[in-house]
Amino acid sequence: MHSILSRKIISYFLGAMLFLLLFAAQPGQQDHPGEKLQASLTENTEQQAAHGEIENGFSPSDFIFDHILDAYDWHILSYKDFHLSIPLPVIIYSGTKGLNVFMFNKFHHGHSDYKGFRYEIKGENRGKVVEIMEDGSSALPELDLSFTKNVLAILISIIIMLWVFLSVAKAYRHRPDQAPTGMQNLIEPIILFVRDDIAIPSIGKHKYERFMPYLLTVFFFIWFNNMIGLIPVFPGGANVTGNITVTMVLALFTFAITTINGNRNYWLHIFNMPGVPWWVKYPVPLMPVIEIIGMMTKPFVLMIRLFANMSAGHIIVLGFFSLIFIFGEINPALGYGVSVLSLAFTIFMTMLELLVALIQAYVFTLLSAIYFGMATEEHH
Amino acid sequence: MELVTPDIGTIFWMLLMFIILLVILKKFAWKPILNALSNREKTIEESLRSADRVRAKMEQLKADNEKILAEARVERDGMIKETRQYSEEILKKAREKAGEEAKRLIEMAREQIKNEKDSAMEEIIKQVAGLSVDIAEKILREKLKDEKQQKELIEKLLKDIKLN
Repeated sequence: MHSILSRKIISYFLGAMLFLLLFAAQPGQQDHPGEKLQASLTENTEQQAAHGEIENGFSPSDFIFDHILDAYDWHILSYKDFHLSIPLPVIIYSGTKGLNVFMFNKFHHGHSDYKGFRYEIKGENRGKVVEIMEDGSSALPELDLSFTKNVLAILISIIIMLWVFLSVAKAYRHRPDQAPTGMQNLIEPIILFVRDDIAIPSIGKHKYERFMPYLLTVFFFIWFNNMIGLIPVFPGGANVTGNITVTMVLALFTFAITTINGNRNYWLHIFNMPGVPWWVKYPVPLMPVIEIIGMMTKPFVLMIRLFANMSAGHIIVLGFFSLIFIFGEINPALGYGVSVLSLAFTIFMTMLELLVALIQAYVFTLLSAIYFGMATEEHH
Repeated sequence: MELVTPDIGTIFWMLLMFIILLVILKKFAWKPILNALSNREKTIEESLRSADRVRAKMEQLKADNEKILAEARVERDGMIKETRQYSEEILKKAREKAGEEAKRLIEMAREQIKNEKDSAMEEIIKQVAGLSVDIAEKILREKLKDEKQQKELIEKLLKDIKLN
């Protein structure tokens, strides 16, 4: 818990520092930061939007957000005019054009339209594939099920997880009742930790078994994706657990399992809380409303906590790298000088992130287990 | 606000892939792993318990052995003691018998010596008496060689008898 706190302090401090540097780098535009961002976005027509290189200078916010947001392709590296990226399938359904599946490189990074669709590089739908209407205006399609960068990253992490856990399971089947070897040594203590220190104390010895598959899956999913996100090069570096959609789905799983497994006692506490005066329940159902809001806030908090922690980690590291380019624009020598400092801080932050990756997986799993425990607790 | 806006496409793929992951891992990973772990824990617990039992048995065996050993030692000591007593007794008896025998022999020897001595004394007395008679005879013969002396002696003897 202490490390999360100190990490937040660091992130606030760095955020403040970053803003100061933004103004220092561009003394001509000392207006509102939001307007400045908008200004830089509108100017960003010809140049590569994906790499934060803007005509009138380096924009750290574009640089950072292009890395932590989802994308239709997976950018690997750029050198001068050469850009290496993996194009991913765009899967779009629209009422007028039906289902369309094609690779993202058909757009040539927004330089050309394809099949009546366009990749927006400016405006309110920036970074989205939009449908070009008959009157020339553009609108978001009805359904965009594109296989994006985050989806590919999830797929990669799932393949790694399947490989790891199926081979470990095989080892258990082939060598029963023997001491663990190899990867079992790595996985077994964590499985035992989830079972003995998360599931059993939170849910109880008699009911925990039902929830073990989900708790283990969610723990390792978050941990593996956090760790893969720390790897700076492909196939790592995607901000999967810092994506609000991913954390939302995970939180919804916890919510669904809690709600499905809620016993009589659980619902009784929500709709007719025992031990409180009757007038907080009838005629105005004050307690039930509070309890139902509480039901909702629990998964909401899970979603926000994981998303914010992991995104913050990525933002801080990218912020350090931005410093190199900000100073480099003032004077190349200054950029080189700052790069040493930036690297040192990045290494330090990555070490911290290694810890945070585990802590966040632990916190998510522990809170899920506590909610399951609350849902299945017997009246006593 | 793209950062905090959930995306329908990602929801779809995430749900699909996470459910597949959950199902596969549940069936092919967590179940065998958790079963294997609990089985192993049970085995270890049982092994430890049986090891405890064996240890207790061993202790008992050891205690029994020691008891038997102690008994054997006591028995041996007893036997040694008995044997010693017995041999001492035998020795004592033998000594007593030997003493008695020696006494008897000495007694016998003494008696024999006494008898021998007595008979020797008798012999000596006899011889001395013979010798004395011979000597007396010789002396008388010497004294009664002439008549004068014979008369003198007769007179003397008569005188003694008269006086009586």
